[in-house]
Amino acid sequence: MNVPSLHLWLIPILPFAGFLFNGILGSRIPKRLVTAVGVLAPLGSFLLVLNAAAASMISAPESCPSCGPAATAVALPHVETLAHAWINLGTLHVDFTLALDQLSLVMLLVVTGVGFLIHLYSVGYMGDEEGYARYFSYLNLFLFFMSVLVLAGNFLLMFVGWEGVGLASYLLIGFYFNKTSAAAAGKKAFIVNRIGDFGFLIGLFLLLAEFGTLTFRDIAWKLNTMASFSIFMHAGALPFNPGLGPIPSTGLLTVTALCLLLGAAGKSAQLPLYIWLPDAMEGPTPVSALIHAATMVTAGVYMIARMHTLFDHAPFALLVIAIMGAATAFFAATMGLVQTDIKRVLAYSTISQLGYMFLGCGVAAYSAAIFHLVTHAFFKALLFLGAGSVIHAMGGDQDLRNMGGLREKLPVTYWTMTIAVFTIAGFPPLAAFFSKDAILYAAYLHGPTGKLLWFVGLVTAFLTSLYMFRLWYMAFHGKPRKKLGHHHATPVSMLIPLVILAVLSFCGGWIGIGNVSSYLAPSVGAPRRMSAANAGPELLLTLAAVAVALLGWYIAYLYYSRRPEQPAQLAASMPAGYELLVNKYYVDEIYGAVIVKPLFAISKYGLGGVEFLLGGAAWLLGGMAGFAGMILQRWQSGNLRSYAAWLTAGAAAVLLFALVPWSAVWPASLHFISKVAGH
Amino acid sequence: MDVPLNWYLLLSAALFSLGVIGFLIKRNLITVFMSIELMLNAVNLSFVTFAYQWHAVKGQIFVFFVMMVAAAEAAVGLAIIIAVFRARATLSVDRIDLMKL
Repeated sequence: MNVPSLHLWLIPILPFAGFLFNGILGSRIPKRLVTAVGVLAPLGSFLLVLNAAAASMISAPESCPSCGPAATAVALPHVETLAHAWINLGTLHVDFTLALDQLSLVMLLVVTGVGFLIHLYSVGYMGDEEGYARYFSYLNLFLFFMSVLVLAGNFLLMFVGWEGVGLASYLLIGFYFNKTSAAAAGKKAFIVNRIGDFGFLIGLFLLLAEFGTLTFRDIAWKLNTMASFSIFMHAGALPFNPGLGPIPSTGLLTVTALCLLLGAAGKSAQLPLYIWLPDAMEGPTPVSALIHAATMVTAGVYMIARMHTLFDHAPFALLVIAIMGAATAFFAATMGLVQTDIKRVLAYSTISQLGYMFLGCGVAAYSAAIFHLVTHAFFKALLFLGAGSVIHAMGGDQDLRNMGGLREKLPVTYWTMTIAVFTIAGFPPLAAFFSKDAILYAAYLHGPTGKLLWFVGLVTAFLTSLYMFRLWYMAFHGKPRKKLGHHHATPVSMLIPLVILAVLSFCGGWIGIGNVSSYLAPSVGAPRRMSAANAGPELLLTLAAVAVALLGWYIAYLYYSRRPEQPAQLAASMPAGYELLVNKYYVDEIYGAVIVKPLFAISKYGLGGVEFLLGGAAWLLGGMAGFAGMILQRWQSGNLRSYAAWLTAGAAAVLLFALVPWSAVWPASLHFISKVAGH
Repeated sequence: MDVPLNWYLLLSAALFSLGVIGFLIKRNLITVFMSIELMLNAVNLSFVTFAYQWHAVKGQIFVFFVMMVAAAEAAVGLAIIIAVFRARATLSVDRIDLMKL
């Protein structure tokens, strides 16, 4: 069959070309050209993805032989191999394979689509900044790695993208590298991600040991085949194992899944490793929108959905994911309640929403998790871009306490932000209402633990509504608390993405979870027990979710709009709890005391011992050579007759060695002599 | 009347030993140089002796090579000696010791 090529390789390569162009020439060419290249490269990728989507949609009504000549029809999954044998070592065989299926197509649409909008926004936002070209080259680099991550057909290529987005994230967090806090935040993000990547890498090695391949399809196929064969083998119908090799035990699969989960938790800022994301807000705001809200941090969710077969075979790992997700969602939401920096509120909100996605994955509702990923990309990018617009208007001030009454000053921002706030709070008929509801419903159906997880999710939904409306009231309502110095007019290039994202946040959920699951089913498996058998509880659960969202809004209205002095009194009434939240549960301090300080101490003193040993050994060897030289240099007397004497003595010694009958003098030496002589 | 082989070899050994002794104990650079030539010619003598004994021409060919090298060495060596003498106005090997550490 002649499969038309979609030229998938162009999708990552275009931004990479933009990166090279702007990275090398950026400082020497007019700013307009930088803008053109920086924005057109992602646009080109986005159009290619749209083309691929259209091609796959045409083929969606299957068995259509008459529409053959259209020839653009492509069946998913569609695999393109760029070059054979990237790595060919013994049994290990890895190719540069790009694979497009429903999951990666949805993800690519989000990455390149939202990515393009944010590039467009950056033109206005970063217009006056130093290092404009550097900024765009980094942003393009990020898109390159992200699309490699999404398109990868095997784990190793995915790992390349995985590490690459980490690099781009590091570069962009530390974009204002003159600022100590920004540089430190970049380092923190990089190091915390390394911990996760360590787990990811161990997981890869385990997969390689168990399956002998890193290709997603092969691993999934082997797992499924093993599962079906093992049933036969237990029944005794099949005494042998047809060429699959030894079946990994559930324990081994669980360990593998947990290692991969560690990687996902690092990248997606889940509970033990979330600490880097709030600090990552040191980067420019569009970067926070693109990398630290919409795309990169969802890579962990994507990876879990991509490898869902493995997680399905490791129920314990799934349980860990669900608990980790619910706990992260809850704790991050409580921390978001008391933040005063507008971007940090959004950062904790991102962590919390990622927790929802993990919860969805943990209850095996992968399509719901991906659905939430998509809607979250829309509304969280919108929230960040709106916040960027606010910060822009405030002349760089990010403190919520200084804001207020911005409604009149920034009408477009106000209305788009309002849509985003109502979306994230979960009001129908906005996007997140549908996706969050799908996750909570799936959790509710997931056995007895599921009920508890659902309850945590519901409480989190209440907290989410509360802190988002708090932000809304503090920033846009009430009286201006600070005189705006020089009020920037918001450029059109910043407004267009806001409006488009607002429309998407508004309508994005109307696709419905049913359609999303059936579309994603070939990639992530059919959802379990998501039948419409019990519509009664679903309606009740939905009502409960809307009720808590309304409650959150009402309390925020009471505390932050009608009586703005009330929150301070409340905080004063329970200082311990408030202190705990403001200091973010002292997690940074605890990590500092438990991990960082001992590590520094070990490096300083422990490594001193190692240095002493190594240095001592080097000194000893050097000293011996020096000492030998000191003695032997006396031979180099410069006296001609002493040289002559040594020469003669040497010749005499050789003569003696040749003439003495060694075997008679010392029989045991024969062996040695014959060896020396080479016999 | 044939001279026995041993005599040639003894003469060669005696000449070589004289060369070694002269090489070791003489102080004049030219004498040392001549001692080296003496050793070379002692070896040449033994080469010729063996070639005659075994009726093999290889030894004689080798002698030509040695003489050639010795001639070249003499040319270079004498030039060096003249240069040294011009620079230092002495030929005593004990005083030509600038190369020591």
